[in-house]
Amino acid sequence: MISLLQESFLTLRKYLIILSVVFFGSVGDAFLARGMKHADAIDIHHLPNVFFALANPFVILGIFFLLAFMCSYMTALSFADLTYVLPATAISYVVMVLLAIFWLHEHVSARRWTGVAFIVIGVGVVAGGPSRTEHPSAQVSAKALDGRL
Amino acid sequence: MRTFYTWLCIFTTVCAAAAGDVLVALAMRRIGDLDELRRRHGFFAIIARISTSGVLFGGIFFMAIAFFSNLVGLSWADLSVVGPASAALTFVTNALAARFFLHENVDRRRWLATIFVCFGVLLLTRS
Repeated sequence: MISLLQESFLTLRKYLIILSVVFFGSVGDAFLARGMKHADAIDIHHLPNVFFALANPFVILGIFFLLAFMCSYMTALSFADLTYVLPATAISYVVMVLLAIFWLHEHVSARRWTGVAFIVIGVGVVAGGPSRTEHPSAQVSAKALDGRL
Repeated sequence: MRTFYTWLCIFTTVCAAAAGDVLVALAMRRIGDLDELRRRHGFFAIIARISTSGVLFGGIFFMAIAFFSNLVGLSWADLSVVGPASAALTFVTNALAARFFLHENVDRRRWLATIFVCFGVLLLTRS
């Protein structure tokens, strides 16, 4: 029972994987948003024009970061529930606000700080709980797969 | 008409993102803890299991649809409309999808966290 509880909570290494999801996701989104600002509006009748946006260097950089995000996201989902990973990685919105203050020197209003506080509380609430729902059938099938490999 | 297309994009983004996340989560649950897998069977076992998972590729396909639909939405409407709407709706849709399709234990703690994060994202992006 104790070992099951220990497995449900995360180790430092797994917290680092969650942090890498946050880092690659927020930086990738920032590059993508910057790249799309320079792209023309895409008309509904010319949807394939979206592929021309892929020529923008910021969009390409954004895609590379989002690929790294995808790898760390998949790793995170291999040891934690989706409903744990999504709120836990929402701290990336806070990272974006911090980037806006310290890198872009933007003014952050009281409403935004309230939003940051809500996200931090939400992340704190989910991070304190178990990361995985234990499915007995899944454990059995995982052991069966192990046996086959 | 542009407003209708914008909301159509947001709807497509939310549905495709939820389908993608659920399928990727399902595939990764079936594949198992990657750290554990690497320790027991080596790195190539991870590559073998990932490259043969049809569910994972299905998930990535839906994520790609969400990605392009989000790009199109961003080119039509302001980030302040597309961002909060798709982010907040995706959080709730994912929680519901995880509850019903993945049978995850979405207890009061997780619902509370989802609602807090949703509200925080709305405040952040609409200010």
